[in-house]
Amino acid sequence: MKEELITLKIDNKEVKVKKGSTILDAARQANIDIPTLCFLKDINEVGDCRMCIVEIEGRRGFTPSCVQKAEEGMVVHTNTPPIIDARRVILDLIISNHKIDCLTCTRSGNCELQDLAKKFNIRDIEFPGEKIEHTIDDVSPSIVRDFSKCVLCRRCVATCKNVQKIGAIDCINRGFESCVSTVGNNSLNDVNCTFCGQCIQSCPTGALHEKETISEVWEKLKDPDCYVIAQTAPAVRAALGEEFGIDIGTNVTGKMITALKRLGFDKVFDTNTGADFTIMEEANEFIERFTNKNSVLPMITSCSPGWVRYIEMNYPELLPHLSTCKSPHQMFGALIKTYFAKKEGIDPNKIYVVSVMPCVAKKFESTREEMNYDGISDVDNVITTRELSRMIKEANIEFKKLEDDNFDDPMGEATGAGAIFGTTGGVMEAALRTAQDILNKKDLDTIDFKKVRGEEGIKKATINIDGKKIKVVAASGLANAKVILEEIKNGKADYQFVEIMACPGGCVMGGGQPIKSSKVRAEIDVRKLRANCLYSIDEKSTIRKSHENIILKKIYKEFLKSPGSDIAHRLLHTHYVERKKYKINN
Amino acid sequence: MKTLEEIHKIRENKKKELDLRVNTNADTREKHILVCQGTGCTSSKSPDILKNFKKILKEKNIENVRVIKTGCFGLCAKGPIVIIRPEDTFYAMVTPNDCEEIIQTHIVEGKIVERLLCKDIDGSKAKSLDELSFYKKQKRIALKNCGVIDPENIDEYIAFDGYKALETVLKEMTPDDIIDILSKSGLRGRGGAGFPTYKKWEFTKAAEEKQKYVVCNADEGDPGAFMDRSILEGDPHSILEAMSIAAFCIGANKGFIYVRAEYPIAVKRLQIAIDQAREYGILGKNIFNLGFDFDIEIRLGAGAFVCGEETALLESIEGKRGQPRLKPPYPAVSGLWGKPTLINNVETYANIAQIILKGPEWYSSIGTENSKGTKVFALGGNVNNIGLVEVPMGTTLREIVFDIGGGIPNGREFKAAQTGGPSGGCIPKEHLDTPIDYESLKEIGSMMGSGGLIVMDDTKCMVSLAKFYLDFTVSESCGKCTPCRIGTKRMHEILEKICDGKGSESDIYKLEKLSKNIIKSSVCGLGQTAPNPVISTMKYFADEYREHVIDKTCKTNECKALAKIEVIPEKCKGCGICQKNCPVDAIEGEGRDIRRINQEKCIKCTTCISKCPFKAIK
Amino acid sequence: MDEKVNCTKCKCGKEDKFLKKLFTIYKPNKDNLIQMLNEIQEHYGYVPMYVQQELSEFLKIPMAEIYGVVTFYSRFSLEPQGKYKISVCLGTACFVKGSQKILDRLSERLKIEPGETTEDVLFTIDQTRCVGACGLAPVFTVNGEVYGKATVQDLDKVLDKLLEQEG
Repeated sequence: MKEELITLKIDNKEVKVKKGSTILDAARQANIDIPTLCFLKDINEVGDCRMCIVEIEGRRGFTPSCVQKAEEGMVVHTNTPPIIDARRVILDLIISNHKIDCLTCTRSGNCELQDLAKKFNIRDIEFPGEKIEHTIDDVSPSIVRDFSKCVLCRRCVATCKNVQKIGAIDCINRGFESCVSTVGNNSLNDVNCTFCGQCIQSCPTGALHEKETISEVWEKLKDPDCYVIAQTAPAVRAALGEEFGIDIGTNVTGKMITALKRLGFDKVFDTNTGADFTIMEEANEFIERFTNKNSVLPMITSCSPGWVRYIEMNYPELLPHLSTCKSPHQMFGALIKTYFAKKEGIDPNKIYVVSVMPCVAKKFESTREEMNYDGISDVDNVITTRELSRMIKEANIEFKKLEDDNFDDPMGEATGAGAIFGTTGGVMEAALRTAQDILNKKDLDTIDFKKVRGEEGIKKATINIDGKKIKVVAASGLANAKVILEEIKNGKADYQFVEIMACPGGCVMGGGQPIKSSKVRAEIDVRKLRANCLYSIDEKSTIRKSHENIILKKIYKEFLKSPGSDIAHRLLHTHYVERKKYKINN
Repeated sequence: MKTLEEIHKIRENKKKELDLRVNTNADTREKHILVCQGTGCTSSKSPDILKNFKKILKEKNIENVRVIKTGCFGLCAKGPIVIIRPEDTFYAMVTPNDCEEIIQTHIVEGKIVERLLCKDIDGSKAKSLDELSFYKKQKRIALKNCGVIDPENIDEYIAFDGYKALETVLKEMTPDDIIDILSKSGLRGRGGAGFPTYKKWEFTKAAEEKQKYVVCNADEGDPGAFMDRSILEGDPHSILEAMSIAAFCIGANKGFIYVRAEYPIAVKRLQIAIDQAREYGILGKNIFNLGFDFDIEIRLGAGAFVCGEETALLESIEGKRGQPRLKPPYPAVSGLWGKPTLINNVETYANIAQIILKGPEWYSSIGTENSKGTKVFALGGNVNNIGLVEVPMGTTLREIVFDIGGGIPNGREFKAAQTGGPSGGCIPKEHLDTPIDYESLKEIGSMMGSGGLIVMDDTKCMVSLAKFYLDFTVSESCGKCTPCRIGTKRMHEILEKICDGKGSESDIYKLEKLSKNIIKSSVCGLGQTAPNPVISTMKYFADEYREHVIDKTCKTNECKALAKIEVIPEKCKGCGICQKNCPVDAIEGEGRDIRRINQEKCIKCTTCISKCPFKAIK
Repeated sequence: MDEKVNCTKCKCGKEDKFLKKLFTIYKPNKDNLIQMLNEIQEHYGYVPMYVQQELSEFLKIPMAEIYGVVTFYSRFSLEPQGKYKISVCLGTACFVKGSQKILDRLSERLKIEPGETTEDVLFTIDQTRCVGACGLAPVFTVNGEVYGKATVQDLDKVLDKLLEQEG
């Protein structure tokens, strides 16, 4: 069927667009830029901030172009002096209620409000007045809210409520007092927030950001007695370059390692190897559950800490479905502080493990009580991709010009399976590669399970392994997780293995990744580019199945014995607790 | 359940019985004592009056006299009001203690209780309602039954041709016929902007959906407006009937009345009316056995002015924050739960049955060329006859304020009238003769709004007034869009600055600039009209603004910081009372001296003004 | 279901019968939120946090959303209201007739701002929009009882009386 086209005139230019397009779509198609602020494609299309107003002939008042559908014969003006004046007034009003501390703001240089102020040549606030005072919520280990920088675009609310279906934050109060907050203005720590950090990704300003912990890292790097180790998650390498002006989806593994070493880390390890361990343990756990009749199925992956927090809060009765495996960096941290420490003769108490993660929930995860071995925590600090980029900038390292380097021995080379952990469906695919070999007891050629790749939020597939049909599901985003959990709860789940990631698109789109503006998100499929980067790392890998990882085999042989062994259980597995959604005073 | 025949019978019987309510020459030996039970009179003890009458009649064993509770008579300033029919004697400011005398003198002895008669503007005592100048220029359509029937008795409504229009429509008309009638009648929405009613009905009817809704907007929120409440309290069935007609016309079977929780009496009477209508089978399935289903539910508002905006109202019915939706799509296309929804306000509905019964020609013969019918105004402020008035469109402001309202009290002068509440503007003296209709009000910078009409005398500061309305808007803005959320706040701050004597000329320019842009870029009607009170006062009272910012004076002394309190030497008797009461010892002089006020010390608390027995300080 | 409602407890630990009943009258449908909040406000005099939490479970909507609704509508309050709720009408008719002075006086005497409650939970000051008694402007109400054509002196008298009553 041919799509219906509509012709309209924007700034005297005839534009043909698909029926159903907004004026903003049409204008962008015609290379006419209209400023926006509250607009976030497919997530927040509400027309509240009024920055994108345009004039439509025959209508009184201005119309927000981000929601107004283009109509046949419409005549639109986007930049007449009265519109520019109105937009300036609106921007002025927004800034008049904003904490203007750009010099010290975490989003300086990547702030949509700052960009607009520059664009509109704002030099002075024409309409100054009262600003609402807000206390900063920095209680949670993951997310900081500073609503004196909030522009009330509600992108975070839409993301939390509609995309993730959590609703930890919402718009409260009325009129000028309106703000985005939690129930009773409690800390995110005490409400149903999962710490996925998607709100941070949607925030145009510095009102929401990660709890920065890099000063501690600097302290440790300064300390000659401290053996500081960095490990980097797969998704970090696919995005870090963006913070230095490198194209989205560029693999910067080599430069990243060089940078980390320059920063003074004693060792730089690859969390992908941790991921290989997770696969070994998880695939074995699955096979055990699958072959043992009385086991709880489907089994669900547990490497996404936002997701784990979600199920603990919302479906505690389904916790037995969760794999007991720790997430890769926690497993890896535990191995570093035991196997590696012993091997190198370093006192594990002196080792400081910093995980560089695309995730803010990992900050919370590393503080969980269970994440230690004999009182020594697996991981000491988690910093996000963004925080690493800030450290690199602080150290005045010219990232783009760096040479490539390799991860350090002896925790050496990871497999392609570990790499794809960073994207939705990746854990599943990696696990299947190992599971099929174990079940078939031979090395199979099937490596790509393309049915679990791609952008859909829920991907179901049936895999034939050793004559047995295994139904698997990969879901990303907590709204989709909810769908799956409801199916399981209602006995409608006909699948045996489920991968769930809290962030839509998986870790490549994690809450700790470089923040992309609304415009970039509308025009570029960031997820795809970053995911493709990981798939191509996988493809180029010499070893693509976790169980074939040489280091891994060595460590199992020397130390862990076999997957699921006692020692493996003590180091690499964990347990979960039912969590109250709201810890608030009545 | 009643059959149509049974309803006809009720009408026939009741009509005879209630003839005395509308006919002073009614052939009856009965008397009806009507006691107003509107909110105004209720708050000055009219329920006790009702009780007392009943008690005394019982004690005295008087027959043929019935005590009836009714809705508002309109002249609230003179409440509580008692009317005795058929002779139509109008007693004002009655207290529960007066009941005995009224019964003894009026009912038993057949004489009028002179002291309780209402004093008209000219000082004469009016014997009946019709004699009062307050009622002379009024024409009651929407308020037809208010103060005539017992709102809690469906039979009384039926007696005065109630539910006859619904029957006619169901039996004899097609939806298009109804739209045609409304179109010819020229009825326009009474809630604000005056959108032609038939168009709304036509659009909603045209929407192709099975499920549609009819909604009554009874979230009357304009400060100083209470006509919708009076209709709901005095004649709730008229709204149910009109909504049923609307439902038949557009093809809906479910209706909602969104009413303020702050109107408990209205809510109660509406619920009684709905229950009675259901009992009679006038709401529910297969109404009048004519195959039409319709039912109505009440939804309570919870104190948000913005919910008077139709899309915010829909959000609120759906249980959400009352934040307006973007239009288009209009509710006629996508309303409640995304279904086509017809929303009209109370007063609009109150006209429908009458138009059907009396014909569109009758209706369109009333009013001006583009504004047909009547409009109810809540007349308030500095005017003698505060109350509810219904006048034909085109009546001039002068007629309302002076002929009906009885002019300005305390010998003060008319300064301005405010219509349209926080969305409207001020009308100065020079426009007193403007015939009031939708267009003319707009032309002079105000708007019809829902019908609040506040009169201000020359002691009122117009800058303060603008500030008052902006204060209202700021606290009622929903906070959704930037211009309204922050813009109105900034306007209010600037006005405060001006009233505090800290304003400058650039502030006036800033007000203009903000006004212009807030109007053009806000999401909903609230924001789009919020600057109107500022714009219209700046237009008509520009001098006052200039005085505030340049001369730093406020002639009315309302702006304390700018006020100058002075002793009028000719009037001062040197008693020294002011001096004793001044909290800051700002008054100088000894013995019998004429007192002087030290302006540097004075904090403008105005205590001296209120204490001076000779009105020698101003 | 029943079990859930049974654990609905107020601060004193007793079963909250009102809430239990409310959850049987209304269906767990999001649209009922405001209706239910109106009844809750009426019953408790405010909307307690634990009730919001129960509502959140019952209607299956996040607490933040409920809180957003509660804080949007001025009829709902989050704190218990005073024994005497004194409301001063600031509708235009009353304003024009000087109700602001009454409100100012009230604030001055009780040493609280409009919307606040005195520490002894005796008085709450409320500024309301038009109560519809414009004929009696200016008006203030004490627990719904209307004092019309009011002056600052009238207010003083009423306050003195109430304070005397309460010792």
